[in-house]
Amino acid sequence: MKLLDFIKGIEPDKKKSPFLHTLYDGFFTFAFAPNTTTKNGVHVRDGMDLKRTMVHVVIALQLCYVFGTYNIGHQHFVALGEHTAFLSGFHLKLVHGLIKLIPLFVVSNVVGLGIEFWYATKKGHPIEEGFLVSGALIPLIMPPDLPLIWLALSVAFAVIIGKEAFGGTGMNILNIALLARVFIFFAYPTDISGDQVWISNIEKDGLEYFGGSYSFVHGIFDSVFSGLGLATFGEGGKAVVDGYTGATPLALAAKGGWAAVQEHYTTSQMIWGTIPGSIGESSKPLVIIGALMLIGLGIASWRIMLSMVLGCAVMGMIFNAWDVTVFMDVPWYAHFYMGSFFFAMAFMATDPVTAASTNRGKWIYGFLIGSIGLIIRVINPAYPEGWMLAILLLNVFAPLIDHYVIEANIKRRLSRAA
Amino acid sequence: MLAGFSANAQSPDGGSSNLLVAFIAFLVFILLVIIVMVADRLMRVTATQTGADKTGENYSVFPRLEEIFSSSKSYATSASSITKLKKGYDIPLAGEAEKVVGETAAPVRYAIKPTDFQGMSPIPKVMVEIEGTVKAGDPIFYDKKRPEVKFCSPVSGQLIEVNRGAKRKITEVVILADKEQSYRSYDLPNLNEVSREGLVDFMAANGLLPFLRQRPYNIVPEVTAVPKNIFVSTFNTAPLAPCSNMAVKGNEAAFQKGLDVLAKLTEGTVHLGLNAADAGISSAFTDASGVSKHWFDGPHPAGNVGVQIHQIAPINKGDIVWTADVNAVITIGRVFSEGRFNTERLVALTGAELENAQYVKVFQGANVETLLEGNITEENVRVVSGDVLTGEKISEKGYLGFFDNQVTVLKEGDYYEMFGWLVPIAPRPSISNTFPHFAYPEKMVADTNTHGEHRAFVVTGQYESVLPMDIYPQHLFKSIIVNDFERMEGLGIYELVEEDVALCEFVCTSKQNIQQILRKGLEMMRDQG
Repeated sequence: MKLLDFIKGIEPDKKKSPFLHTLYDGFFTFAFAPNTTTKNGVHVRDGMDLKRTMVHVVIALQLCYVFGTYNIGHQHFVALGEHTAFLSGFHLKLVHGLIKLIPLFVVSNVVGLGIEFWYATKKGHPIEEGFLVSGALIPLIMPPDLPLIWLALSVAFAVIIGKEAFGGTGMNILNIALLARVFIFFAYPTDISGDQVWISNIEKDGLEYFGGSYSFVHGIFDSVFSGLGLATFGEGGKAVVDGYTGATPLALAAKGGWAAVQEHYTTSQMIWGTIPGSIGESSKPLVIIGALMLIGLGIASWRIMLSMVLGCAVMGMIFNAWDVTVFMDVPWYAHFYMGSFFFAMAFMATDPVTAASTNRGKWIYGFLIGSIGLIIRVINPAYPEGWMLAILLLNVFAPLIDHYVIEANIKRRLSRAA
Repeated sequence: MLAGFSANAQSPDGGSSNLLVAFIAFLVFILLVIIVMVADRLMRVTATQTGADKTGENYSVFPRLEEIFSSSKSYATSASSITKLKKGYDIPLAGEAEKVVGETAAPVRYAIKPTDFQGMSPIPKVMVEIEGTVKAGDPIFYDKKRPEVKFCSPVSGQLIEVNRGAKRKITEVVILADKEQSYRSYDLPNLNEVSREGLVDFMAANGLLPFLRQRPYNIVPEVTAVPKNIFVSTFNTAPLAPCSNMAVKGNEAAFQKGLDVLAKLTEGTVHLGLNAADAGISSAFTDASGVSKHWFDGPHPAGNVGVQIHQIAPINKGDIVWTADVNAVITIGRVFSEGRFNTERLVALTGAELENAQYVKVFQGANVETLLEGNITEENVRVVSGDVLTGEKISEKGYLGFFDNQVTVLKEGDYYEMFGWLVPIAPRPSISNTFPHFAYPEKMVADTNTHGEHRAFVVTGQYESVLPMDIYPQHLFKSIIVNDFERMEGLGIYELVEEDVALCEFVCTSKQNIQQILRKGLEMMRDQG
């Protein structure tokens, strides 16, 4: 194949330019499945490999990406009282969403992959595919207006300290995407909680909200749109609609319980996702489709997902019975669609490296994430959403859960000998 | 306490009195649980003290978790029950041998490879000079560390070559076969009178002991070992494996005699594993006497003797068991019934790259050149002695392994595939649902491409899905990699041998060398003593 020969011809020398060689190798193995044959073991290997596993998770995320991008724009215009129907102002909302999302995506992937490439060069091994999924997840769990420099810092923190320090792909204890989010959460808390951050381009001056100004990229699109005779962004600084709060359903529930939530959002809105929130989490049916896809393809563990649902349901029912604070009166089934439960269940909790590795352990792991996550959400006044912290906590405990399952196996074997 | 609770009743909706009731109910429940647990402990202690049960486990009030959540492992003890094994995978390879015995030019060269025997020292002592004549059954070499076990020639003829590999390791001892075979004569011991030790010594001196394998470690049996049981699996579920019903046809009497010999070698029982899904199973297996029969039904590795041992009587620390395959039993039986070391067997020539995939009748250790001549359709092929999971790569002029009765020929996969991991065009076997199996042919042509590069362990639950044993394989391999002896032992390394985990290596997404890792672990444990 002439194309192949040409590409092989420009391969940089491994000794003279190790970084370029690693870079070349990364892109080459991305484009061409390698020609290595089996040695010293089985002669035939399964067609599945790690790249293929990772890419299917990214594919499952695409529906969330599409909806999330559009929803950024939709929430912005609903707050301003313009184009309140979901599909009106389609071009404006899509463009606004893309203008917010694409920089997030590019920065998180470039920073993450750049660090991975550098480490791969340093250690002399080929670039490993771990960051394909984390890089796709990180933009979806960040607020849309996050300053890019802080995003870059959080990704660098997650990849260097969370992953490479432990040995790279397959060796990390904590979930990388969640580590990036938790960095922003603790280092820049006002940029990830509160009532200003979840709706794009709405600012606050004292107690007054108003629409923020539009960038020059918006201006470029404005000239295109006005040329086509479509609605434009216009000037910034517009007034928000009356009764605007900017609060997500969870924030409302924390203050005023289920009644407060129902004042502002209908159940249908919360399920279908036309509510403010992290970019990828809001549309529950799309996330569930992604989850079912991953289960059907055999990539994610259904045990973790099911036990997490059970844990959340059980704890929700306990809180409903206990009923001492306003948050506890939120019906247990509403907890599933108010926040990022399904997203955390489908994509974060099921990460095979950080979850429990035994099947029995997965049941315990998922159940504890479900219950502890809900405890954090409902009881703790400082944390608006519990799944990130619950998953990170259980990531730390997963080896312990596995340890006891394995110990039971060892004891069973010993008692058999007796 | 109650006054305090009523003082705390703040909310008007009765939530607090609900809470109170719930709290009291909870306390009562805890009290009951405590009573039951104390009673349970007392019962167990009494059981231990009166000697009714060693650990008291069977006298507990609570059911064991394994009894409720039992998976597909069942310790079948009855002789005629069927053990259904759900875990495993039958790799759908094309190229199964037609059930006919074809005529090919008979091989003239035969070889015994010392490398086929685990734990053999690299340079065994060859007893016969180059160009010396041997009869079938004459000893030709032995391991200097264990001189009492002799390895004997499969055919009569002239010893023409001793081939060596790296560091002068002996790789093949080659014999040029006579046209008419002559056999060594024996002073056969009387099976009814000879002692177990006498029989073992006879078999060791006459090259019959290497036909058996000792577990743990899968080594040549030690003459001092007393095996707890002996296991024979009568069916082979490996990809494209030959049909043992054909192997035993015409040799039923020898097979039974072989089983009788094996029964004398152990103080326990000879266990026979039979295929419950085989409609045409041979009567030699179903009517075998003096053995305990166990029926199995399931995908590969249900036919592996290691899996069957786990279901029948698992190997614990300190246990020694011996295993034999069908051809071994027949050969041993022939020595005792006919007085001749006749290693003739059916070998299946398999693989999609063969023109005619068929059976041939040859002696043990045959040279495959004449068997495959004119039969291979492709240029770039790999010839494997054995099956694709556990076999050894040989050259097209190489020799069959001691324990192998199959040759697999498959295409080499040293090609680049553009975006092969994203949009695979050619069908390939996989347990993953991400491949459109509905669009693939029922039997596929596979090649030796690794389909990916070596990575760290990432995916979990894969190995467990193809290993029908109560073992956590991924944790076992990790403990081998970090040289954790206690954990290796605790997790059951003694029960495993490479062929049992070969399917784990096949499905591994991270392309790890599982069989090599296991062998390294077994060597470590064996060195411990």
